[in-house]
Amino acid sequence: MTPPQPTPETTELLLDATGVVKRYGAVVALRDASLAVRPGEVHALLGANGAGKSTLVKILTGAVHPDRGRILVRGQERDVHSPAAARRSGLISVYQEPALIPDLDVLANLRLTQTPAAPVRTWVQRLGVHDLDLHEMVRDLPLAVVRVLDLARALAVEPDILLLDEMTAALPADLAEKVLDEVGKLRETGQSVIFISHRLLEVSALCDRATVLRDGETVGVVDMEPGAEERIVDLMMGPSDEREATPARRATSAATQVSEVPLKQTDARLRLRDVGAGLRLKEVSFELHPGEVLGLVALEGQGQDELFGVLSGMRRPSRGSLEVDGQEVHFRHPADAIRKGLVYVPGDRVEALLMQRSVRENIALPSTARPRRWGPIDMGAERERVASAIKRLQIDTRAQGEVRRLSGGNQQKVTIARWIAGGVRTLLCFDPTRGIDIRTKREIYELLRDLADAGSAVLLYTSELEEVQLACDRAVVIFGGRVVDDIPASIADEPTLIRAAYGLPRETGTVGILAGGDTGRGAGEEVTA
Amino acid sequence: MSAAASIEEPLNGGGTGATVTRLLRRNSWVLVLCGLLALLFVVTKVIQPAYGPSQVEALALAALPVALAAAGQAVALISGGIDLSIGSMMALTSVTAAVLMKGGSEESAVLVVVGVLLMGLVLGAINGSLVVLTRVPDIVVTLAMLYVWAGAALLVLNTPGGASAEWLRELINGTVVSEWAPKAVVLLLVLVLVIWIPLRNSRLGLSFYAVGSNRLAAFRSGVDVSKTKVAAYAFTGLFAAMGGLSLTMSTGIGTPVPGPYLLASVAAVVLGGVSLAGGRGGLVGPIVAVFILRLVRTDLTLMGIDPNYTTVIEGVIMVSVVMVGGLVALRSRGS
Repeated sequence: MTPPQPTPETTELLLDATGVVKRYGAVVALRDASLAVRPGEVHALLGANGAGKSTLVKILTGAVHPDRGRILVRGQERDVHSPAAARRSGLISVYQEPALIPDLDVLANLRLTQTPAAPVRTWVQRLGVHDLDLHEMVRDLPLAVVRVLDLARALAVEPDILLLDEMTAALPADLAEKVLDEVGKLRETGQSVIFISHRLLEVSALCDRATVLRDGETVGVVDMEPGAEERIVDLMMGPSDEREATPARRATSAATQVSEVPLKQTDARLRLRDVGAGLRLKEVSFELHPGEVLGLVALEGQGQDELFGVLSGMRRPSRGSLEVDGQEVHFRHPADAIRKGLVYVPGDRVEALLMQRSVRENIALPSTARPRRWGPIDMGAERERVASAIKRLQIDTRAQGEVRRLSGGNQQKVTIARWIAGGVRTLLCFDPTRGIDIRTKREIYELLRDLADAGSAVLLYTSELEEVQLACDRAVVIFGGRVVDDIPASIADEPTLIRAAYGLPRETGTVGILAGGDTGRGAGEEVTA
Repeated sequence: MSAAASIEEPLNGGGTGATVTRLLRRNSWVLVLCGLLALLFVVTKVIQPAYGPSQVEALALAALPVALAAAGQAVALISGGIDLSIGSMMALTSVTAAVLMKGGSEESAVLVVVGVLLMGLVLGAINGSLVVLTRVPDIVVTLAMLYVWAGAALLVLNTPGGASAEWLRELINGTVVSEWAPKAVVLLLVLVLVIWIPLRNSRLGLSFYAVGSNRLAAFRSGVDVSKTKVAAYAFTGLFAAMGGLSLTMSTGIGTPVPGPYLLASVAAVVLGGVSLAGGRGGLVGPIVAVFILRLVRTDLTLMGIDPNYTTVIEGVIMVSVVMVGGLVALRSRGS
């Protein structure tokens, strides 16, 4: 409805960034980003993963210098080369990872940023933390308190612009609510807030306007009125004709046809009951069946890292239970998980491969490193197993002497091949196709499908939502550490998944019924201001 | 103004029990080391009833250069680096001082001292700048500089020689006030009080800890990480220069071949409670640790133990003390 950008009255603006461009080598992180913040407004900065949000934040905070573009503060061109200079220009940022030094006490941390202690004390209390001893070492404080302290330190110097980057993501609900209340009140003193959050409900309740980034470009500025969420999702997704490429591609993958069948009543290979771990993974339950590729969809930091850590035996759950083939298991070490047939394919290939070693050694590693098998390696058998795996995955072995010389896609195939060579029952893939070319991607989808058809179970976390329909039977969506939806692949198109991933209900229109209830805020009421 | 006052408040208002408890808790490791040192003195006295002031003085004199090296190494480690070139810098500054003072007047030696200390700052700043500019890991850069500075020392003075001003030799030889207070120990105390305490409470000192503890958080807090690293290495160089001067002062000549100060400094720093990962510890712990390690060696010699076993036992003691310390810290935090 509203035109994307009703050209702002430049004199009125507190911050005005236009035409911001940033390249990293051949990769264009920002092609044309803009952001205009008025005095006394809470302004959301939104965009899907990889839209360029974090690059823009780094530029605004002075951590990175843009290749091109103009940033005006109160109409004055700003030349900022470091966070320290950005602070002096009146912009202070608070991140999800607090910028406090763990090995100094609170007072020393305040002195480091030359922040007076008295207002910090006041702010900490206003934000709902009452028993803070400023002589305490930061490393001895609970993380939630450190976050609040970080925010209080920023508020204490009364910045013109406060930038909050996913600040509420890991706060307990009561503290998060206090924080949002206080942030909203900053409007009264003419201070502005740039607010970044994956929680769209939070955004619509708190913010006045939102700037949406897609593919490194500012694609729209939205006034937050009822119904604005839909428009934001649309903007994040892009024009619908671009999206129509997906079904066409889907047709090429014969695999998805299988997916329409409802769940077979087989015994679950893997059953999670109320599994929680760390701060982010609250309570997740689902089942993974043999012959199934289960998609897992979540925005960054919703607990998926912890979940894969638990499933692969790298960390222990703090609650809940895990069953493999109907038997409860307690993994103490990845070797325990591997023995139960659960293998982990990390998204970061560096985590999985011995980069300086050969393809053969990398593929053979899990079988040669099997516990309780010392002695000499049977080279003949190994060579055969490896050769068949290489053939199966069509790995380009021209540079097989050292894995690091393979292309990213081929490296990723090696990480999967090593488990196939050993005979795999359950594959846990964490974003396995990140940053590899389309053809290899498709080969990996087919491989996963083939494995499932042969009776394996596959859990596929993906940040590329179209993969759900290309490779999966159904998708489980995690938001705020909990499963919020379980969607069959046939209807799991990107808008549906994005909505679910942002914690919005599946049937659109009625915002506020949903699980946002854990903070107890009725989103609808506060939207208009 | 009022804000500044409220920050200072805890330092002045030391009367309250809470402040004392906190200070004790925060410096618990240094206290443990002091207790250990006292215990060792008792043991020494038992083994060798004749152990007296002159032996203590000799101990202090031998410990002085190592203690200064440990202080320098501690600064490097606290800020998240490590300086392998510390022994070479000591050799280079030592021979430079010895050469410049040979044949010079007692008064001109003052200039030499100032010049050599400045030289230390510059050597350290070069180390730090190379680390920052090349982005090569600290350990590699300072390993390379170990050879560079060692070679430079040989260029300055090919064989042991040179001289030291008389007043400088008197500055560290002998005792003051009581025969139990060697000048070398007093000098160390003064240096810690004059250099370290103000530095530790300055913004620069806090930045050392900040950068060593969490680079990203420090950067986001507005700390200039590069400048801080260069400054930290410069201080390491300054302490190395003091160590080099102390060598010339105690022996009266300069020796171009680096002594065993690198490993001794790292050993003392680790035992002294500085984290190899950076961000934790201080200078007092490492200095006390130097005396502990020295005294252990003395005791083992006095007991007539085979010198070959002596080094083995020293190593075992080091690992056990650090390990037990770590376990106790873990235990107390878990509860």
